[in-house]
Amino acid sequence: MSLINIFSDYTLRTVALGSALLGAMSGVIGTYAVLRKQSLVGDAVSHAALPGIGIAFLLTGSKNIEWLLLGAFISGWLSIYIVNIIIKHSRVKYDSALGMMLSVFFGLGLVILTYIQKIPDSNQAGLEGFLFGQASTLLKRDVIVMSIVGGAIIIIVALLWKEFKLLSFDPEFCQVSGFPKEKLDLILTTLIVIAIVTGLQTVGVVLMSAMIIAPAVAARQWTDKLSVMVILSSVFGGLSGVIGTIISSSTRNLPTGPVIVVIISAISIISLFIAPGRGIIWRRMRDKKNKKRLNRNIILNNIYNLSTEGNGTQGYSLEDLSISKGDFNFPINTLEKELENLETLDLVKVKDKKWYITEKGINEIEDFRGGLGE
Amino acid sequence: MEYAVAVNDLTVAYHKKPVLWDIDLEIPSGVLMAIVGPNGAGKSTLIKTMLNMIKPVTGETRFWGEVYEKQRKNIGYVPQRGSVDWDFPTNVLDVVTMGTYGELGWFKRPGKKEKEIAIRALEKVDMLPFADRQISQLSGGQQQRVFLARALVQNADIYFMDEPFQGVDAKTERAIISLLRELRSIGKTVVVVHHDLQTVEEYFDWVTLLNKVIIASGPVEKVFNEENLMKAYKSKVDKLFS
Amino acid sequence: MNVQIEIQLIAIVVALACSTLGVFLILRKMAMMADAIGHTILFGIVVAFFITHDLNSPLLVIGAALTGTLTVFLVESINKTKLVSEDSSIGLIFPLLFSIGVILISLYAGDVHLDTDSVLLGEIAFAPFNRFVVNGVDIGPSSLYVMGTILIINIIYVSLFYKELKISTFDPGLAMVLGISPGIMHYSLMTLVSLTAVGAFDAVGAILVVAFMVGPPTAAYLLTDDLKDMIFLSGIIGTISVILGYWTARIFDVAIAGMMAVMVGVVFLLIFFFAPDRGLLSIMRRKKRQKYDFAQISFLMHVINHEGAEDEREELGKNTIHEHLGWNKEFVKDIFNNLYSSNLVYIEDDIIKVTEKGRDLAISNAEEIVNGI
Repeated sequence: MSLINIFSDYTLRTVALGSALLGAMSGVIGTYAVLRKQSLVGDAVSHAALPGIGIAFLLTGSKNIEWLLLGAFISGWLSIYIVNIIIKHSRVKYDSALGMMLSVFFGLGLVILTYIQKIPDSNQAGLEGFLFGQASTLLKRDVIVMSIVGGAIIIIVALLWKEFKLLSFDPEFCQVSGFPKEKLDLILTTLIVIAIVTGLQTVGVVLMSAMIIAPAVAARQWTDKLSVMVILSSVFGGLSGVIGTIISSSTRNLPTGPVIVVIISAISIISLFIAPGRGIIWRRMRDKKNKKRLNRNIILNNIYNLSTEGNGTQGYSLEDLSISKGDFNFPINTLEKELENLETLDLVKVKDKKWYITEKGINEIEDFRGGLGE
Repeated sequence: MEYAVAVNDLTVAYHKKPVLWDIDLEIPSGVLMAIVGPNGAGKSTLIKTMLNMIKPVTGETRFWGEVYEKQRKNIGYVPQRGSVDWDFPTNVLDVVTMGTYGELGWFKRPGKKEKEIAIRALEKVDMLPFADRQISQLSGGQQQRVFLARALVQNADIYFMDEPFQGVDAKTERAIISLLRELRSIGKTVVVVHHDLQTVEEYFDWVTLLNKVIIASGPVEKVFNEENLMKAYKSKVDKLFS
Repeated sequence: MNVQIEIQLIAIVVALACSTLGVFLILRKMAMMADAIGHTILFGIVVAFFITHDLNSPLLVIGAALTGTLTVFLVESINKTKLVSEDSSIGLIFPLLFSIGVILISLYAGDVHLDTDSVLLGEIAFAPFNRFVVNGVDIGPSSLYVMGTILIINIIYVSLFYKELKISTFDPGLAMVLGISPGIMHYSLMTLVSLTAVGAFDAVGAILVVAFMVGPPTAAYLLTDDLKDMIFLSGIIGTISVILGYWTARIFDVAIAGMMAVMVGVVFLLIFFFAPDRGLLSIMRRKKRQKYDFAQISFLMHVINHEGAEDEREELGKNTIHEHLGWNKEFVKDIFNNLYSSNLVYIEDDIIKVTEKGRDLAISNAEEIVNGI
């Protein structure tokens, strides 16, 4: 039913498009936040946006989204600016400054919201929606604003591609290459704040940080290329936006923001497990394989040592091999199985229940030892 | 003698305490110089201040008589290997290509020409077979070679290197030093933060002993002696008044 | 006791309970973990409520507190894979748990008498309505007793394990050698952090707990180098913020807990600007002076280096010294006049000499430079 809805239901289509845009936008910009180990900036900015929304409403008296987002932008940006001032001029650590500003700004936001509530006829209903987001209130013009903002972010990231890459990888070298660290940092931070603020209406101040972090974390597992990471991250973000919207619209009382967050978090955690090359499962398998090779080579090494100490072409019985090296004592049946494996690889041969190392086996073990010496 | 670098009256302080005190230093063109001194002597701080990354309390650095900004493109830099995240999603060729960014300037993307320059630099450090390798899969020595290649791409006249021998294998160390000698032979100046006193005489022809103040600076055979080393490593106040 | 005093008392107890642990949190660079725990206890409260069906059950408090521990465990498990950095691990786990909490509340809103806003935001003004009644006698608001108990637990914990906490915070390696498990210290501290957050949630709300945990200790960090002083100062700063926040909120008739958090920020900023030694103003003043101070020491050392030497008349001549210092003449004159008026230098036969006082000053400063930091 809901899949049909997305094509026929105008409201749902608008909301899904908005969530997708938001996911894509925060996916792109989140890549840089995650790579620069500034993931939690999103958390601070989104909480700190709350007082800006309230003040914008107080000043303009309207719930016009442009004004509210401008307010959110200013206070979100201000919080990061203050954090930077604090860490630059005192010994306060980054995380302390971030945690404090986040909660203080959020407290201020609550103060302002309660103040607004006390104003008669202020029609403030809906401002609380910014806490957890209310995607269902997205209008066509909101989506248009989001597309413009998203487009601008993508153009700036494309223009400053190599500068942002250099800044994220090696800020010192960026500086000596003639690209001032502070300026680029300012641009990047501003883009992060913009992306967060744009997403507040959909996901809310409390959860927006997940949209910055999770898509990028997921994307990082699937690729070792920055360009692919940025694209994948925005695809993951966009996808979770659409899926989250559809699911939450299909069940009554299911808030959109948290559902989107659960979906993108699930994508990240699954990626951590199954991504080829990096993923936890893949790594376990590789470790197992390595261990197998190591086991094999220990046995091979054993025959090799015995052969080089002895007169070369001598063969050894299972018993000889099992007691020869105390450290790596294999049970006889395991040893036999491993030796048979080695035989199928032509590394050893067997004659009259005696095992001999082959030319290929000698090469393999010398190669392996050489590798260890590196 | 022509000086590539002249540091004048440089004092750097974090909080209340000076980290570098009244540094006057001249580095002649074409030398291969080591900056040595105990931990916390301010070696890295000194080169970072010269390269405008740290703002001094007093003093200035001039390169061939001009301020840093004017000569930036003639100055190459190799940061400490540990200063970056080697799990960054990029490959060896890409990192080396970063050396061309300064010359390219804002917005321009590296093209074929820049890739070729990078490939040539990789060849020089024997890392060409690794061009497509993800950087997290490199050994310490290989990482250092990649950084060196990136600096070579900068095609500078003077190179500053922060602990290039830190944690590299013997083979890489030999490769690096022969590369540095080659740079010197074609007239480049190389300044290296170094901490292995054993190899100073073998590797370098110029040395600066530093421990918050300049203890001595000059040709290795003249200043790299027990007396100066005692001063640098067994710091006593009286050396300030000697 | 009237309601006003009760509210302030509850808030002060919350602030003290938070800042006692907060000192160790910020020194361990775990401030954002506290933020994460502040969020994830919502999940714990919801799940524990499904089990106990009683919002006031002590089991609920303990169950919810364990979610904090679970959060720390999950973050560390992800971080340990080395696939994700620590900040990203935190940022991945807490929104997930929090979202699940919000979804559960929304789906079972009819069954759970609990709404997200109150967990997150709290409303301390209602705290005194819930009374603690023993044998029919009203002996005060129950939050005061809950938070009081938690405060006592925290104080006992910190004083019993003071040495262990201190060593494992500043030197985990040494702690290991001494047989103190940094892991146990870490988890016990984090469990108490989440217990405190759970206990405080209905009074000040989970996010404002973070303000009390991080703000006062961070401010105290700018005032002292002594760990014990830092704990006491955090308590004082927290208490001041509570009282200021309460009365300001009363005047404007706005959210009390929110205003207390704002006051934490205001007090911090005041300290950040005006702290005697580490404050911004004093740093600025020092930076400005530093150039001058360093020049004075350089001047003195130049004199000491050349006194009695053959070229003394040239190097230390009152009209030639500026050439040898390499400074402009006016600046040198300025420095000299200053040193002269402080009785650190004098002129004899047109040669600048240093007094005993000047010599001592130069040498003690030089000592600091060489042996210092």
